[in-house]
Amino acid sequence: MTDFAEPSLPTVEMRARLVRWRQRWWRGLFGSPGTAAITLACIVFLAAVVPPMVRWTVIDAVWFGTPDACHLASGACWAFIGEKFRFILFGFYPAPLQWKPLLVVLLLLTVIAVSAVPRCWHRRLLALWATAIPVAILLMAGAPQIGSIPTGSWAGLPLTLLLTVISLVAALPLALLLALGRQSRRGGVRWMSIIVIEVMRGVPLITVLYAATLLLPLMLPTGLTIDKLLRAQVALVVFVAAYMAEIIRAGLQGVGNGQYEAAKSLGLGYWTTLRLVVLPQALRIVIPSFVNLAIGVLQSTTLVIVIGMFDFLNTARVSANDPDWLGFFHEAFFFTGAVYFLFSFLTSRYSLWLERRLRPTGR
Amino acid sequence: MVKPNPSGFFTPRGRHRPRGFPAALLRALRDWWGDQPLSQFALLAGAALIFGFFGGNVADNMQRLGITPGFAFLHRAANFEIGESLISYTAADSYARAIWVGVLNTAAVAAIGCVLASVLGVFLGIARLSRNPLLSGLVQIYVEIVRNTPLLLQLFFWNAIAHALPSPRQAFSLGETVFLSNRGVYLPAFREAAAGRALLIAVLVAAGLVVVAMTAMARWRRCQSWGRRWAVLALAVVLPLAGFAASEISFALEVPQLRGFNFAGGSVMSPEFAALLIGLVVNTAATICEIVRSGIQAVSIGQWDAARALGLSQGRILRLVVLPQALRIIIPVTTSSYLDLTKNSSLAVAIGFPDLVSIINTSANQSGQVIETVFIMMAIFLSINLAVSLAMNIYHHRLSRHGGIA
Repeated sequence: MTDFAEPSLPTVEMRARLVRWRQRWWRGLFGSPGTAAITLACIVFLAAVVPPMVRWTVIDAVWFGTPDACHLASGACWAFIGEKFRFILFGFYPAPLQWKPLLVVLLLLTVIAVSAVPRCWHRRLLALWATAIPVAILLMAGAPQIGSIPTGSWAGLPLTLLLTVISLVAALPLALLLALGRQSRRGGVRWMSIIVIEVMRGVPLITVLYAATLLLPLMLPTGLTIDKLLRAQVALVVFVAAYMAEIIRAGLQGVGNGQYEAAKSLGLGYWTTLRLVVLPQALRIVIPSFVNLAIGVLQSTTLVIVIGMFDFLNTARVSANDPDWLGFFHEAFFFTGAVYFLFSFLTSRYSLWLERRLRPTGR
Repeated sequence: MVKPNPSGFFTPRGRHRPRGFPAALLRALRDWWGDQPLSQFALLAGAALIFGFFGGNVADNMQRLGITPGFAFLHRAANFEIGESLISYTAADSYARAIWVGVLNTAAVAAIGCVLASVLGVFLGIARLSRNPLLSGLVQIYVEIVRNTPLLLQLFFWNAIAHALPSPRQAFSLGETVFLSNRGVYLPAFREAAAGRALLIAVLVAAGLVVVAMTAMARWRRCQSWGRRWAVLALAVVLPLAGFAASEISFALEVPQLRGFNFAGGSVMSPEFAALLIGLVVNTAATICEIVRSGIQAVSIGQWDAARALGLSQGRILRLVVLPQALRIIIPVTTSSYLDLTKNSSLAVAIGFPDLVSIINTSANQSGQVIETVFIMMAIFLSINLAVSLAMNIYHHRLSRHGGIA
């Protein structure tokens, strides 16, 4: 054994990596005159954009105070968000009862968080969703006095989360049927599935929302009315199901032919094969795509604004129309944007993580 | 290679295959019906019943409301104003013309938006792949912000900015030719209205000629050299332009000028149109950026190495080896993001730009002809989709003939 301390192997490796990393950065930033010019241009751009942004959001911002103080300041008016926080989150929901929507938000977020852990993927999760959603709906409706709060007062973050979650969960069985129908040997079933899927994917969501709000009342027998929120929800479910069906179809195609043949040779019937062999594999492949779809659905629920509903984006916008706090649109959009970004960004990172995790154990 | 063919799973058991014309027809029909025709018949009958029930209700309700079904209402006067229109329109014009205004407005946003989004998207995609970490990092931040916030929020944001611009008197000017104000974006325009139309026709004719010339040259072996190709292409572009330049129309540009409280001359883009266009372009460009990046990255490193081993320069490697392979991935996906842009332009209704969906909605509320208007709207979007997917199928067919899809 020598006396002078020899650097252990990991340290050497780490130092080499550090050097390589530094070299790559250095070469990337200033390797050639061209890159150096790009670096310079980027720095100039950042210098032009970042300081005013920081000044607006932090330094010159008014954190607490009155509308007048805000109008005098040149920065953002976060006092506005503080003042309108309750309204942006819960909209026109009666203030003394706002613990109900708060509970709904917490409940839904908890169930989502539980479902995100792969170790919890189990049939019981379906039961959890099947109870959580009715409970959330009943709470919003004013449980224990169910129906005491009309759906017109459901607003803000709980509405956005409910619309997103119900769209995804209710679309799943419909999407499964559509995806299987599209592959069916029976022409009629196949055609019906193709028509539904392609029509929904071919038109904008707003069209479907309009069609639902305008057509559904006409389609019911005279005297029978259907709730506006329900109409929007039906439109969203069918629309999402079409996109989900295409994802599931990709998953079904990803299951090898041998699996079908093996199941057949075991004497399993159509539905048993699906339930025990095909779907567990197909759905496993498409989980990351489902997560990405969820991001799209969360963002698409904002479109219910055009049929006059007050989702999380609309409550923020409307709060900037208050005569006392008129015109703080940038603050309102910044705040909602940040919340949507947080949800979507975390979800997309989760999807990437999931994709990496699911890959090696796949086929 | 084992082709995944789950449909094999559904093959009916013990089916013999008869030959001959009537038998083949019968077989096709039986294939269509599958092996359990009764259950399927029940399903179709159920669907027909449900449709019949809803249809009957619709007919009852329309009769109760005093609305005659059918498309005759299209000839009636619309009786509503439209904020902006590419063709002359007044409230006395028919519903048909109002809807046509909407179609043109949507088409204008979609067409300009697709071109701008492609240009911006390709630039960003290349910047994203830059070895400069600062540049690619900035582009990544841009993409993350745009893709993780709702498009409607972005449109609201751009709309708020467009309306927060200074009044015409203090308008931002770009080189004293383009002015940004809260009344809209003022751009130079042709002094004669005919000039714009003539130029549009010239561009369309040139585009047609280019397509014809390209197709002809692709079959004509002697024209494989680039010099000749460029010459023929240049001719195809120059000839129609020269034809219109030789005509009597003056192509002089008129720059907008401040008169009193507003600008006179030039053409104006309304704040809503500008907000919608910027919102859609910024949003779609982020998508196209990712498509371009993943398309180029999907070409394996080995292709670069092989091309380098052949002694090709960096530019030629990109042009001759990498891009042709990357484009096979990029083009189909980009087409679908063009379709998305067209569909997303319907969000115009939320910021008050009179696009197709917004005019259809007004027409439906005004005339009560809900079924017909919704049908027209869906038919227009579906036919756009159908046309594009047909074109895409032809493209795929050609690609698979010329050596398969990567």
